[in-house]
Amino acid sequence: MQIFGIPIFPDQASTFAKDVDALYFFIFAVSAFFALVVAVSILYFGVRYHKTHEGDIGARIEGSLPLELVWSVIPTVIAMVMFGWGASVFYHLRRPPDQAMQIYAVGKQWMWKFQHLEGQREINQLHVPAGRPVKITISSEDVLHSLYFPAFRTKMDAIPGRYTELWFEATTPGTYHMFCTEYCGTNHAGMIGSVTVLEPSAFQAWLQGGSQEGSLAQRGARLFESLACNSCHLDTGRGHGPSLKDIVGKTETLEDGSTVVVDDAYLRESILSSQAKIVRGFKPLMPTFQGLISEENLVALIEHVKSMSPNATTAAPAASPASADPAAGKPEKK
Amino acid sequence: MLDKLKIPERHYMNDGHSLRSWLLTKDHKRIAIMYLMSISVMFFIGGLFAVGIRFELATPQGDFVTADTYNKFFTMHGVIMVFFFLIPSIPAVLGNFLIPPMIGAKDLAFPRINLLSLYIYWLGGFFTLYAMIVGGVDTGWTFYTPYSAASSNTSVVPTALGIFIAGFSSILTGLNFIVTIHRMRAPGMTWFRLPLFVWAHYATSLVQVLGTPVIAITIVMLGVERALGFGIFDPARGGDPVLFQHLFWFYSHPAVYIMILPALGVTSELVSTFSRKIIFGYSFVAFSSLAIAIFGFIVWAHHMFVAGISTYAAMVFSFLSFSVAIPSAVKVFNWTATLYKGATSWDTPMLYAYGFIGLFAIGGLTGLFLATLGLDVHMHDTYFVVAHFHYIMVGGAIMGYLGGLHFWWPKMTGRMYSEFFSKVSAIMVFVGFNITFFPQFVVGYLGMPRRYHSYPDEMQVLNVMSSAGATVLGLGYVLPVIYFLYSLRFGRVAGPNPWGASGLEWQMQSPPLTENFVEVPVVTSEPYEYEHLVAKEKHLV
Repeated sequence: MQIFGIPIFPDQASTFAKDVDALYFFIFAVSAFFALVVAVSILYFGVRYHKTHEGDIGARIEGSLPLELVWSVIPTVIAMVMFGWGASVFYHLRRPPDQAMQIYAVGKQWMWKFQHLEGQREINQLHVPAGRPVKITISSEDVLHSLYFPAFRTKMDAIPGRYTELWFEATTPGTYHMFCTEYCGTNHAGMIGSVTVLEPSAFQAWLQGGSQEGSLAQRGARLFESLACNSCHLDTGRGHGPSLKDIVGKTETLEDGSTVVVDDAYLRESILSSQAKIVRGFKPLMPTFQGLISEENLVALIEHVKSMSPNATTAAPAASPASADPAAGKPEKK
Repeated sequence: MLDKLKIPERHYMNDGHSLRSWLLTKDHKRIAIMYLMSISVMFFIGGLFAVGIRFELATPQGDFVTADTYNKFFTMHGVIMVFFFLIPSIPAVLGNFLIPPMIGAKDLAFPRINLLSLYIYWLGGFFTLYAMIVGGVDTGWTFYTPYSAASSNTSVVPTALGIFIAGFSSILTGLNFIVTIHRMRAPGMTWFRLPLFVWAHYATSLVQVLGTPVIAITIVMLGVERALGFGIFDPARGGDPVLFQHLFWFYSHPAVYIMILPALGVTSELVSTFSRKIIFGYSFVAFSSLAIAIFGFIVWAHHMFVAGISTYAAMVFSFLSFSVAIPSAVKVFNWTATLYKGATSWDTPMLYAYGFIGLFAIGGLTGLFLATLGLDVHMHDTYFVVAHFHYIMVGGAIMGYLGGLHFWWPKMTGRMYSEFFSKVSAIMVFVGFNITFFPQFVVGYLGMPRRYHSYPDEMQVLNVMSSAGATVLGLGYVLPVIYFLYSLRFGRVAGPNPWGASGLEWQMQSPPLTENFVEVPVVTSEPYEYEHLVAKEKHLV
């Protein structure tokens, strides 16, 4: 929306945008109403009851319990409506559909790096298809960042040491702003870029437009060999480490009897701090890779491990299986 | 009759003229005056950084200063304004000066500790200003880890040390007020006869005493993390960067109430005095201060809705955040109702009170947008947030502070300032403020992030409006310095009670005696009783 050519309202380019804006207009209307009631009353009383003589005093009105109750209870009820509505929109924003297309994002000072499962890699630019849910799993190489798409009305912090995620379904092809909204140092304001929403067919064409490295999982498979992961994690299960076949979504029992569900977070921890949660029956032989592997390569490795579990269906947090994603192409089974 | 008014021969300001008599004073009023001078200096230093920020943002390109300099500008603007101006402002100046006379006491319970708190404030300010001179700090006033701990190469530790030290000043002031209000009330000054200004300071003091130690601990953790590499916030060593945000906001959200509660107290005084009418719903206004102080402690994670906290935790904190809105709304409605059938006037302090109510209402209402989860995801860390908290901290806290300063100036100095220029200034501050910050709501919803040195071209018009408004606002702030200083020498003599106000402090001479009252007053009337006051005046005539 523009006034005199000046934009005053952001583009609506995702399925969330209308929901969020409806909530915005509701609260705006309530706020405007109360602000006007207060402002008009104050000005009216200020003029109407202006003292006429020095030494005038006001009427003695000590208060009114019914009025106090009215103006406590009504705002409470309205506030609860705002809370409930806001919470339901939020719940929706936080729950990516199972079939969402997976993209990985890594924030670092001062750029955004994106990796598509098919192997496309982008910096400060992101291409997504219209009409299809997209889930972005976010990590950070250094400090806090926050990935923000105003036209989609969503953002999520990138936090070093863990994965966070956001999702959206773009509706309108076009190019929109992408910002970093968590202050990250010198060039924070330069950590911007654009997200381009393409028609599905155009997106497919773009995806095929050339990556020499193969898919993300294939790149992970090469790392799996070059880091010698494959010398212990044998498919047969007879290696020093557990077999990683069909492992994603499985519940593993640890040395102390506790259990853990294998998801992105657990895979990440097991690579970086390999001694943290050892599966029962195995020795803590694996070296830690903290500081030795970049976030981008870590993502590739995890994607490779996931590709070894083609039948995993559980969408554990941030671990939706790539195989449930038809247009992403079936990752190769190793 | 006015001609006969004279400045009394003996008062706290001429009770010793040497520098020593000021620096070693135990008089709460002199300490308040020294605080006033100190925080005014800090306000103008913080203001200079704001000028730099608005100058840079007048164009979309980062062309006025480098990105690093800009980052230091907004960091030092925030650090100075929050920790060295807003937090001490009303309590340390007006609270210090007025709480003892308002309750009929000769001084605070611990006059030496009061002086100590000023020295601690100076020491804290010294470290922070030192850090600024040797190169400044660029972490944002929030000091988020891991940037502040591992990435920034600026003077983080000296700045944080300054804040750590200044915190003790705040704790001691709060402690002093609590004990004073409990123990020093004059005969007949029951809890429910306390002026609402005192109630507000009681609530504020609780937050200062209970909240400030947490920021002290947090700063120590940040210091050892940065200097010694403890790894508390470092995920590579099992730490958690988000833990810092929990600790930081556990203090810094309640700290917002340290800034705003005293302003709410000032407004209650002004609204009652300038409508010459008992405050509507005294006990609701009094208890809403306590409710705000208590709820303020359980809403901190609403700063972290997109920082990876769980969906359900976010819902709990959103729900609790709405609970703070209710007592704030109750106050606004009670002030409005107080005006009904009052005998109102447009004196300068009341202009500030009217302005305060309007801006505080907008600040509070825009808080509802941000407490709403589904909206906050979009608005978090945009200019909408910047506008919102400036409506509370500048539109609210500073308007309240200036309103109070204009109200009690004749009591503090014995003289009146220019009515004309003070009204001009009040209007400039109100108009300039709105031109500065209202466009930021719009540019925020458009998506402009905070702390950006440069920004997309299409957002320029709104930013230019902001910068233009800031010019008006800045001039509005400079004006009082001139007419206040002028009034010290040339102002009309005010007399003990120029506004016809009801509080005990107006029964003292202006400026007051060092001991405030010759005899301990005995309180026999309810607060804000103008009938009583008028009867007494008639009796005197």
